[in-house]
Amino acid sequence: MADARPQGCALVTGAARGIGAAAARSLAAAGWPVGVNYRADADGASAVAAAIEEAGGQAVALEGDVRDARAVDSVFGRLEERFGRVLVLVNNAGTRADGLSPQLSDEEWSAVIETNLSAAFRTTRRALGPMLRARFGRIVNVASVVGPRANAGQANYAASKAGLIGFTRTVAVEVARRGVTVNAVAPGFVQTRLTEGVGDGLVAAIPARRTGTPEEVAACIAFLASPEASYVTGATLTVDGGLSA
Amino acid sequence: MPTQVTQDEVRKVITDGLAELGYERGAIVPDATFEDLDVDSLDLVELAQIVEEELGVELGSADVAELRTVGDAIALVVARAGS
Repeated sequence: MADARPQGCALVTGAARGIGAAAARSLAAAGWPVGVNYRADADGASAVAAAIEEAGGQAVALEGDVRDARAVDSVFGRLEERFGRVLVLVNNAGTRADGLSPQLSDEEWSAVIETNLSAAFRTTRRALGPMLRARFGRIVNVASVVGPRANAGQANYAASKAGLIGFTRTVAVEVARRGVTVNAVAPGFVQTRLTEGVGDGLVAAIPARRTGTPEEVAACIAFLASPEASYVTGATLTVDGGLSA
Repeated sequence: MPTQVTQDEVRKVITDGLAELGYERGAIVPDATFEDLDVDSLDLVELAQIVEEELGVELGSADVAELRTVGDAIALVVARAGS
C-alpha cells in the first residue's frame, strides 16, 4: 500500500458484475482489501473475489441487500471483522425499471429510488463514523449522465442519479475537513447488463463513436479513491466519451 | 450491546474525546455548554462515534440535538449504557 494510505479496506456494492466488479478489481490492484458485495449473484461475486485473490489481492464476497439498513450493518460488520475499518466505499449497486411517467408504477419508482439512492445514503451513513475517526475516507458514488441529462422513459432512474449527485455534494462539504472525500462518477453508455437493449442507435451520438467499458469507469473510481485525489471532493467525473460535452 | 458503565468512565471517555478533538481539557466540565466550548456539529458527530467505539452506546441525531452541556452528554450515555 502507498505510505499515504492508512490501514483499512474497501467496499463495493453491487460488485458481482459490470462496473462494480471492475471497480473491485481496480481497488484490489491498488492495494485495498475489498469487500465484493452482491444481492443475488453469489457466483458472480465469488468469481470476482477469486480472481482478485489469484492476482495477488485480497477480497471477500459479501451477500447483502443494501436497500435494507440491517443488511448494510451486517455487510459492514462482516467486512470489518475480516479486513478492518472500511475507508473506501463505492456505492455502485443500481437498477432500472423503465417506462414513461404516466405509466410508471409505485413499485417501479420505489425500487429504483431505494436501490440507487437510498441504499447509498444507508451505506454512507454507516461508513462515515470510522472514516471521520481515521481522518481518511473515500466515498465514490456511481451516478450517470442520466440525471443531469434527460432520457425519456427513465424518470425514476434520472431522479435517483440526480439525487445521488446532490447527495454527493452535500455530504462532501459536511466531512471535508476530516480528510474524507465524497465524489461521483457519471458514466455514459457503458456496456453492462444494466444497459442491455438500451439504445443501440445511440453510438452515433457519442463523439468517441463507441460505448465505454467498465474498466474505463473503474479507473476513474480508483483515482477518486486514491490518496492522490485528496483535494477532489464534491465533484462529479463524467465518463461518457464526450456525450455530455 | 452496551455494558454497564460508571459515570466516571463516561466522563473520562467524553473528556478525552473532546480533548482529542482540540478542546481545552480544563474547560471540559459538566456545566460547560457545547456552545461555550464552541463545539461544532461535526465534532459532536465524532464524539458520538467515540462513545460508540469506546462504550458501545449508540447516539442518534435526535439525541445529539438535545445535548446542551457536557453533563447532559455524560448523563445520557450513562442512562443508555444501563438500558
